[in-house]
Amino acid sequence: MSQTKQNKTKSAPVMMEGAEVILKVLEDQGVDVIFGYPGGAVLPIYDAIFRNNKIRHVLVRHEQAAVHAAEGYARSTGKVGVVLVTSGPGATNAVTGLTDALMDSVPIICLSGQVPSHLIGSDAFQEADTSGITRPCTKYNYLVKKSADLQANLEEAFHVARTGRPGPVIIDLPKDIQLLDAPYNEADTVMPKRYQPQTQPDAKLVKKVVSMMKKAKKPVIYAGGGIINSGTDASTSLRELVSQTGWPTTLTLMGLGAVDASDQHFLGMLGMHGTYEANMTMHDCDFMLNVGARFDDRVTGNLMHFSPNSVKVHADIDASSIDKVVKVDVGIVSDANAFLQALLAEMKAQSFTPDQKSLKGWWAKINEWRSRNCLKYTQKGDVIKPQHAIERLYQMTHGKDIYVTTEVGQHQMWAAQYFKFHEPNRWMTSGGLGTMGYGLPAAVGTQLAHPDSLVIDISGEASFLMNMQELSTISQYRLPVKIFILNNEWMGMVRQWQELNHGSRYSESYTASLPDFVKLAETFGMKGLRAQTTAQLDDVISEMLAYDGPVIVDCMVEKEENCFPMIPSGAAHNDMILGPEDEASKTVSDEGKILV
Amino acid sequence: MLDTSQIETHTLSVLVDNEPGVLARVVGLFSGRGYNIESLTVSEVDNEKKTSRISVVTSGTPMVIEQIKKLLERQVPVHQVRDLTLTVAHVERELALVKIINSGNRRIEALRVADSFRARTLDSTLDSFVFEVTGNSSKVSAFVELMRSLGDIEVARTGVCGITRGNQLDLS
Repeated sequence: MSQTKQNKTKSAPVMMEGAEVILKVLEDQGVDVIFGYPGGAVLPIYDAIFRNNKIRHVLVRHEQAAVHAAEGYARSTGKVGVVLVTSGPGATNAVTGLTDALMDSVPIICLSGQVPSHLIGSDAFQEADTSGITRPCTKYNYLVKKSADLQANLEEAFHVARTGRPGPVIIDLPKDIQLLDAPYNEADTVMPKRYQPQTQPDAKLVKKVVSMMKKAKKPVIYAGGGIINSGTDASTSLRELVSQTGWPTTLTLMGLGAVDASDQHFLGMLGMHGTYEANMTMHDCDFMLNVGARFDDRVTGNLMHFSPNSVKVHADIDASSIDKVVKVDVGIVSDANAFLQALLAEMKAQSFTPDQKSLKGWWAKINEWRSRNCLKYTQKGDVIKPQHAIERLYQMTHGKDIYVTTEVGQHQMWAAQYFKFHEPNRWMTSGGLGTMGYGLPAAVGTQLAHPDSLVIDISGEASFLMNMQELSTISQYRLPVKIFILNNEWMGMVRQWQELNHGSRYSESYTASLPDFVKLAETFGMKGLRAQTTAQLDDVISEMLAYDGPVIVDCMVEKEENCFPMIPSGAAHNDMILGPEDEASKTVSDEGKILV
Repeated sequence: MLDTSQIETHTLSVLVDNEPGVLARVVGLFSGRGYNIESLTVSEVDNEKKTSRISVVTSGTPMVIEQIKKLLERQVPVHQVRDLTLTVAHVERELALVKIINSGNRRIEALRVADSFRARTLDSTLDSFVFEVTGNSSKVSAFVELMRSLGDIEVARTGVCGITRGNQLDLS
């Protein structure tokens, strides 16, 4: 990993303190904000930040939150999020965030301090084997051992984080490396030689896909987070594909917003808590075009019965995602937009027209499924149904410049079902790792990237407690984040699984000793609001939206509401529980019970 | 849809940058995802380019083997992954050092067997030998088993390393 790896146009390098080199490279890479927390092993970098007036440092209250904030920043802008933490506990606290970013393919650079080189291995104060600990939870990691490698390592780290399937990269920086002089070359936009993954599709395969598309009678487009990661152009291309084909389209949790939710071709999200029509369409289709989704277990349900009669095409930037769990007929390694562009061009070249006659019959079938109205619920009486709360929140914010983050659990699924997204990069949620406590810090990062936009963290009371120290960050930077807590006093999804799979034995899933969220808001200098009845709901949402500053809404909802529709674990797409009235007739198999 | 096919054993040849942590990265990839490593050899092969070759013998269903190769290929310090078993004519060799302690006729028989396996004698005392034997894994295993029946033994094996046949250089 010497500098010869970089085909840089060499000017005479300038020698400067390592910490200065680090900030120079961040500036060169277009970084404008860092989320971090200081400590002994990063003090030289903090000293350089003190002297620097180009990069803004945002002080979080926990290193895990620093990574989630950077994820919110990255997912809402398409840029790389940057984190700075100290050695030992600083780095280990960041591990959950890094794993989250790895699972959801979020480009993150994490700079971690390390004890000075000569103390590494001596069990020094706040020493941890950061490169060892983070190896499986990052896309790549570095331990900088020589000042001469500092700039090259950092530049390559950015390249790795944002190229191919994006992901987190950690750079461990011993304190002596930060203090010693290191060479810095004025950047001439260099492309590191290593790591050049394939991003353009094989033209022959694209041709083949179009010829297969011509034969499709019951097609479906199934797209995911790869569309979002590819950039907004990929969403434009996908919308073009949907409009040219008229094909039914479903999106994964990570892909929401890639297609306008109000488009009639959009079937809603698919998977465990996806819509009946999306899952039935996936099950009965004869041609599946997967772009940038990875056949996650939350999407496929029982693999033995997954879409049994379809020809499957899978375009993914990560070759190892193809044929990993579902064997496909054509696998194409490509960036999502590059693939879609090539596909659209090839469709034109082959004068592709969809088989209108078959499509009409297919849509008639789909509309039958749609007419089951799987997301219906009954709002009666005073107690607020969580679905109703999300629906009102959506309706009352419709048309605003809005970004939504969530925590993990029932509220997350209700948000995915009832909040409609019309554009990409507007929806920040922890999909792969399912990290409770993600949403609040992610909202911090999102709000910092979009200071004038409306940022709402749709939260649950249990998840909220996991990173609520970030209220202090929100307060310090006067970030007008709106925290909308669906408070049912339970770890709702845990309680739901205990009800369905464990005979309603609610072991340790009650969230006892909750704080008074209104008073909690007030202690941090925020506005606190509470909605206890349906009659109060709209007024509370209006007041929240009207307030020019951070707000916590304690929205007290139906305590034992379950999240439906649902594919019970171990079941197939065509075996959904549609609602409470359906619940009694479906039991979870023993095989299903071992699944998570 | 589930992968119910036969378990196969494959020898993979992986060219990597010889940098700190690269072996841990490769090994961790196997252990973290529950894949098997049957043998592993690694050493620097180009001092100037600072590259090492890792030869790894692994087993799994064809889908798992494919997955392993793709996961290796996407690692930053990995330059090339070659499935020697699947794609090309190749040779594989393994070296073993076998110490045997015995006496009398069993000692004479051990020497005879060593001779027929073209094993070299590296060390000898009045009641012991250290033999060096080279060959494919089954030959080495056969030798070890014969020695085991002729005395008390101790074995050190290198694991398999392999290379393609023919006049083409695989790797840049």
